[in-house]
Amino acid sequence: MLKEGQVRIPSGCAISGMFSKSGQRTSGESIIQSISVMHERSNGLGGGFAGYGIYPENKDFYAFHVFHDNLAAKKECEDFLERHFDIINLSKIPTKKNKGVTDEPLIWRYFVHPLPTKLESSQLDEREFVAKCVFRINTSIDGSYVCSSGKDMGVFKAVGFPEDVGRFYRLDEYAGYCFTAHGRYPTNTPGWWGGAHPFALLGYSVAHNGEISSYDANRRAIEMYGYSCTLQTDTEVITYIFDYLHRKKGLTFQEIAQVVSAPFWQIIDKMPAKERATYEYLRNAFAAQLITGPFSILVGFEGGLLALNDRLKLRSMVVGEKDDRVYIASEEAAMRVIEPDLSRVWSPKGGELVLVELEGDKR
Amino acid sequence: MAIRYIYAEYEITRNYDRCIACRVCERQCANEVHEYLPEAHKMVADEAKCVNCHRCVSLCPTHALKIVKSDNTYKANSNWSQKNMNELYRQAEAGGVLLSSMGNPENFPIYFDKILLNASQVTNPSIDPLREPMETRVFLGSKSVEIERDENGQIKDNLKPHLKLNLPVMFSAMSYGSISYNAHESLARASQELGTYYNTGEGGLHADFYPYGGNTIVQVASGRFGVHQPYLEAAAAVEIKIGQGAKPGIGGHLPGKKIVDDVARTRMIPVGSDAISPAPHHDIYSIEDLSQLVYSLKEATRNTKPVIVKIAAVHNVAAIASGIARSGADIIAIDGFRGGTGAAPTRIRDNVGIPIELALAGVDQRLRDEGIRDQVSIVAGGSIRNSTDVVKAVALGADCVYIGTAALLALGCHLCRSCHEGKCNWGIATQVPELIKRLNPDVGYKRLVNLLTAWRHEIEEIMGGMGINSIESLKGNRLMLRGVGLNEKELEILGIKHAGE
Repeated sequence: MLKEGQVRIPSGCAISGMFSKSGQRTSGESIIQSISVMHERSNGLGGGFAGYGIYPENKDFYAFHVFHDNLAAKKECEDFLERHFDIINLSKIPTKKNKGVTDEPLIWRYFVHPLPTKLESSQLDEREFVAKCVFRINTSIDGSYVCSSGKDMGVFKAVGFPEDVGRFYRLDEYAGYCFTAHGRYPTNTPGWWGGAHPFALLGYSVAHNGEISSYDANRRAIEMYGYSCTLQTDTEVITYIFDYLHRKKGLTFQEIAQVVSAPFWQIIDKMPAKERATYEYLRNAFAAQLITGPFSILVGFEGGLLALNDRLKLRSMVVGEKDDRVYIASEEAAMRVIEPDLSRVWSPKGGELVLVELEGDKR
Repeated sequence: MAIRYIYAEYEITRNYDRCIACRVCERQCANEVHEYLPEAHKMVADEAKCVNCHRCVSLCPTHALKIVKSDNTYKANSNWSQKNMNELYRQAEAGGVLLSSMGNPENFPIYFDKILLNASQVTNPSIDPLREPMETRVFLGSKSVEIERDENGQIKDNLKPHLKLNLPVMFSAMSYGSISYNAHESLARASQELGTYYNTGEGGLHADFYPYGGNTIVQVASGRFGVHQPYLEAAAAVEIKIGQGAKPGIGGHLPGKKIVDDVARTRMIPVGSDAISPAPHHDIYSIEDLSQLVYSLKEATRNTKPVIVKIAAVHNVAAIASGIARSGADIIAIDGFRGGTGAAPTRIRDNVGIPIELALAGVDQRLRDEGIRDQVSIVAGGSIRNSTDVVKAVALGADCVYIGTAALLALGCHLCRSCHEGKCNWGIATQVPELIKRLNPDVGYKRLVNLLTAWRHEIEEIMGGMGINSIESLKGNRLMLRGVGLNEKELEILGIKHAGE
């Protein structure tokens, strides 16, 4: 049977996210509760979480979460890391076995910093250097897979129902200002853990519900800019699109929303001239990054969280607010279970960007 | 009487129970096939002159006429076919190069017909184009930009000049001279109404059509006919024609009899002189020379118009296209070996070049491999026959397609493939005034608009089924394609999977 990456697997899903604008760190327990309400939106073949603000002691270092299939792969991967990074700290990621999560690989965490000499000779900026190293490991070291590579954040994912995955990773023992969660309903078995969500590169993590119809157009376009889509999942390509448009092209998140979930021409054509020119520019220049077909996505990044629906809103997604907290989920019940007393609940329109950032954050 | 070696391939059958001897067929046939016998009050026909253009069949008021394939046959021979033998007889008689018109009709694979499309089921919804917006607008030109902002943080428009199309179909180059004034008027008016472009070919731009300049692509070809400053300035884009799918490596020859007054003036050559386009551009003997012409034309138009380079699909097309992309061109047009022509040597037309599907797939992939696909747009032509060919071409990687033959069919052409004889009974490929007026541009332009409106509806329906609501998300989306009955090499070149995979 083909593993995920050798074959493209469509999935339905549930997503949930929570964010404290004041940067208050809370336990990961709530997000497990939230996603577990939407149990029937998953089928036990994938679940995962991303947490931000979870590594305050090591916040200046890139936190790599790595799946190793075996000790040989682990050694090869660690040799590679040694050659390119200062490894500040390495450890097994603590887990607690349960019946819902089986066949686990070796799961390790490395806090690293690029070796100054290597970085300099690469002539790349630091984040590009780190991203390139991640691609190197994921494409050329058979049996090792970096699933998380940002600072002060981490992705925890597995094959299983999301609540079991959360317990497995002991998520309640982490505290962060932002968590996202994902429950997956793939049509067929992925065969390994890499395809579970969230998918992450550097500080960007994407949890996605949907099946995009533009996939191969997006994939073939983004691969031209040095990204390798090894998993063949929507989430992977969406992550790269965000990384490309935000980090490499310098678009704002608002502009990125106008690209990936662009308003229809019939709307744009009626805009005032100046506004229309900007929309037309973005749709023309980044036509290959337009995403069609159903999606609701949560994109975590260092210092913020955004949510976005496809242009027709073909997937459910609601937002709730209470004090400094913002909740975003596929279903309202998933927010109510952890915050029954929401002050405002609303449903963003297709293509309408929901963006929350840490107050006073200058990033 | 001289021996007639070749028996007519087609027979005109006339149902005398229906024929009322009204002589319409006689008047309509510029080839003088039909004749009225007054004594017998009877119409007769000489098939030897018939080109099978169906003008008489279409106009016969009593449906008395039809044209059927003759069952006259030589002794069956798999090697020496009737076609081979007839061509040999013609050459033995005349001692010349065989000439043909329109696209390669021979039995080569048509890859479009071996590719099937996808549709949504369960995991994502199809979209109903009657209820939801469905976008077919595309932009042609370079999309390679670095974001620049003004002091307020607003993005500056630093995109290079581009073309904006309401649907990904343009009318390909057909010169005034090879086709008639009325045919050109039909194309120009249809382009304006549809929000797309037509192409002058290398015959210059007739003074009457300058008002349609905003929907006109002007061509600069090896003969440089009709090229002058106002011509370049009138257009929306300038196309350098290097080659044509029907006759790669060959120049053009418009016989003097088609160079009538107006045509001569538009081409800036004397009346009655043959218009001969050299095989190469004599200022382009290499890729660096092409770059100079591209930039000369950009300079001549003050960098306000995109420059297209059109090439025939030949064996090394991917590498050539890559070179063109690096030479400043904004758009590359690739013309497949089925592409039409007003006249070409038969041997060239039927044996040189490669299918557009393979050329397009190869070029698109090569430009992506080299990281320069966003510097140019790709236009695929030769031959796009219907809306599914458009969809398949776009999914293989084209930004847009060119149609020539399909447009002429809409104007009445029946593919008799005799354009080079200049006696087109449909008023398209002729300069004979009484024939030209048979094509009424008021009707002709409407039929072109109808054709592409119908195609757009079909494209929207197909996209909706795939769950795609913008044609941009179909571009290069090869997962939407599957091959049937193709071997592994063909699938590899097309970059698609086999049906069932």
